[in-house]
Amino acid sequence: MEPTNFDVQPPHLYPAYKSTIYRSPTRPLLPVRELIRDLSLPVFGESVLQKHDNDLTKNARVNGEPIGERIKVAGRVMDDSGRALPNVLIEIWQANSAGRYVHKAEVHDAPLDPNFLGGGRVLTDSDGMYSFYTIKPGAYPWGNHYNAWRPNHIHFSVLGHQIEHRLVTQMYFPGDPLFEYDPIFQSVPQHARDLLIAKFRMDWTDPEFALAYQFDIVLNGRYQTLFE
Amino acid sequence: MEQSNPDRIRQTPSQTVGPFFAYSLTAMQYGYPYDSIVNHALLGADTPGERIFITGRILDGQGNPVPDAVVELWQANAAGNYRTAPISPKDNDGTEFTGFGRVGTGTQIGAKFQFETLKPGSVANGQAPHINIVLFMRGSLRALYTRLYFSDETEANAQDELLNAVPEERRHTMIARYAEAPGGISYHLDIHLQGDQETVFFDI
Repeated sequence: MEPTNFDVQPPHLYPAYKSTIYRSPTRPLLPVRELIRDLSLPVFGESVLQKHDNDLTKNARVNGEPIGERIKVAGRVMDDSGRALPNVLIEIWQANSAGRYVHKAEVHDAPLDPNFLGGGRVLTDSDGMYSFYTIKPGAYPWGNHYNAWRPNHIHFSVLGHQIEHRLVTQMYFPGDPLFEYDPIFQSVPQHARDLLIAKFRMDWTDPEFALAYQFDIVLNGRYQTLFE
Repeated sequence: MEQSNPDRIRQTPSQTVGPFFAYSLTAMQYGYPYDSIVNHALLGADTPGERIFITGRILDGQGNPVPDAVVELWQANAAGNYRTAPISPKDNDGTEFTGFGRVGTGTQIGAKFQFETLKPGSVANGQAPHINIVLFMRGSLRALYTRLYFSDETEANAQDELLNAVPEERRHTMIARYAEAPGGISYHLDIHLQGDQETVFFDI
């Protein structure tokens, strides 16, 4: 049986990211892969999508366009045997171009954008592809340590087909100078960090409209391939 | 460190959900101007069956309730079947049972979570009625999986394959306590991230 692909995953406890210290399990995880087989996740269809859910530059407009650099983010969702996964629900959230979240608990002194919420969702098509438009998020400070800043990133929540497909992650942008200072990014083993960095795709760009980034998502596919 | 199979594509690493998920993942619960595809109700307003409440808290290693976690429940219906048809937000107004719920712990006093559902049936021989729980929170770099079992299912729990794979002294960390409340029957489970009462989490 294929072992869980822990070698790309961050540990539960990563002390440089201080919040993990009292929030990470201390005992070994119970191996349940023989006991939980073929447990599908809930399925969502087109009925959950509103008109502009895949366009964060449009889904919260009040009196104009949001400020910032318009971008397109697209990619394929697949399992780790390379099989495309259709009808996967991706939920996204992010800061605005000034590095400010709409969240009420956010205290960073950067401006809110009245025309930008930063939340959206999209379903993968029959080839496992998804695509959305948004504003490139800004960096922002946080309280983990003195002068801590998060690199630009977009949060992804992915509901695949099987229980082992549930993934929450963050997409980063190429060449960010904050990578080496960010313990959340650094919690991933060095050789796997590239998997979280989108690729700039000039050939996917919408000319005179938006630059494009590719972010493919590979989910744990252990159970489905077990009997092949 | 385990070696990955070279025939496999490397999986996307997990990252924390962070503290600012609410306006996307649980927008209506928190009062943000965005719709929600799922909430605390795993059923519709007119779904037949006896309603139960699932309540609890998530406690950190210092015993403090975690006020910024996302809790997801996924369960079979009363007949022991998981829903396979697509879920629609309109299901919360009708007679269907979705079996899927999600709340954040940031809107109730004491950082409690509360769900409304039906008690699941047994999915298969050797499985006591249970609910799958997936947790995400700031300070958690990966999803945490566990199960909720029911304290009034003593016989079925004793036969449950997964519970029997857990050392006896830790089984109670997954068993929710039956209580009769004014609004109906509730089952309460505190999830301990660390400590003597640390909940059993799974390698899925």
